[in-house]
Amino acid sequence: MTGTLRYRRPDVSSPPDRFPDYRSTELRAPQQPRIVIPQTPTETTGPVDCWDRLMGHAFHDMTAQHAGEPIGQRIHVSGRVLDEDRRPVANTVMEIWQANSAGRYIHSKDGWNAPLDPNFAGAGRVVTDAEGRYRFTTIKPGAYPWGNHKNAWRPAHIHLSLLGPAFATRLVTQMYFPDDPLIEIDPIANAVPMPYRQRMVSRFDLDTTEAGFALGYLFDVVLKGRDQTPFEDDHDE
Amino acid sequence: MMNESIVPLEKRVPAPRQDNQDQTLFGQTPSQTVGPFFHYGLPWKGGADLVGNSDLGARPELFPAEHYVLGRGAVRTNPEGERIEIIGIVRDAAGEPVPDAMVEIWQADARGRYPDKDDRLAGNEFCGFGRSATSDEGEFRFLTIKPGRVPGPRGTFQAPHIAMSVFARGVLARLATRLYFEGSDGLADDPVLACVPAERRETLVATPVDTGKWRFDINLGGSGETAFFAL
Repeated sequence: MTGTLRYRRPDVSSPPDRFPDYRSTELRAPQQPRIVIPQTPTETTGPVDCWDRLMGHAFHDMTAQHAGEPIGQRIHVSGRVLDEDRRPVANTVMEIWQANSAGRYIHSKDGWNAPLDPNFAGAGRVVTDAEGRYRFTTIKPGAYPWGNHKNAWRPAHIHLSLLGPAFATRLVTQMYFPDDPLIEIDPIANAVPMPYRQRMVSRFDLDTTEAGFALGYLFDVVLKGRDQTPFEDDHDE
Repeated sequence: MMNESIVPLEKRVPAPRQDNQDQTLFGQTPSQTVGPFFHYGLPWKGGADLVGNSDLGARPELFPAEHYVLGRGAVRTNPEGERIEIIGIVRDAAGEPVPDAMVEIWQADARGRYPDKDDRLAGNEFCGFGRSATSDEGEFRFLTIKPGRVPGPRGTFQAPHIAMSVFARGVLARLATRLYFEGSDGLADDPVLACVPAERRETLVATPVDTGKWRFDINLGGSGETAFFAL
């Protein structure tokens, strides 16, 4: 393994495992500290060139999966997947899921009585190009109530899941929308300390807004980078 | 006199916010929970079957069939190696099963290699990535092959292992761990297992329950809490 460039550790924006305001962490967060391990080929490789043989193809238009068009505000979400040194992460898969425009998931355990939309599933999958760019089309999800505390509402968000180049870079996050007052009081978003919470807030963008069709939002995803200098085997932590 | 600050209407843009595009904030995108409703977006049919063509891994009963849009990959080939089955239950700190968790695996092939472009050209079709949602009883199950020994530091070889990630509502950042196999070569001097306090190592060792069938339970907290890694 001499010469292996290890992936960096989570930075200051990383949420804690236990965050009491988000009540579900109470019984599901580990109580012991996470253990630092050396990065071996297991941690520095991933299904980079074979994920499509497992999952199947990508599909970037979430408004075109059913017979009709979904109800809601059409949006294009685009951006780049980069590492911490601003290098593009090419040919990586991003999986997407979200609620409909009323804030309802198609999931049978979503007990809220907002309407379902027969023309919207809310799942997508895109792949970055050589410059790390991606783009998908969907409708803007609605906010929805949840049981964390009395009158709790999740801000509108889109779930994003990325494999990245290695096991060490696996990331699941949520993309929020600008000027949403619910973000400021949301226990899940606030598990990320300010100002880094704002990294998860997309930007409305006129250049990617398609005239007469859909609003554009920009969202870059930054995955862990690699250390600048090769680490020595003897310095494994 | 013309005011040079007048911008044509179609060129006017909102003032920048402190947001994702703010370069002074540039850095790792923070992790967030998968929440409870990922089943129509992440665990595809067959995601937990790395050697066959079953639908293992998905939970399509949790949403209408017409909304299953994930598709599935190409027919899998017949990787060399010993077929194994891995079963387990994800439990919370109170010992209750976690019915809305998702477990992922990443492993080497039977010769201890991870796929790269060269392997692909050489016809190595095994891709050791899998994903399984847990059942209402917190169970997950994978069909795969037993991995070979992967190189470790200083010219050593690690004990056979499978890297795992656990996601769930209430889990803000994925929990990474490893599955080892009871009784296999190299356990005593495995460089990653050596980082785990001796009294917690058994939480990372799967036990045989039948020929080719291994049990590996994951405890998010409480007594017998699984050792999770900082990556």
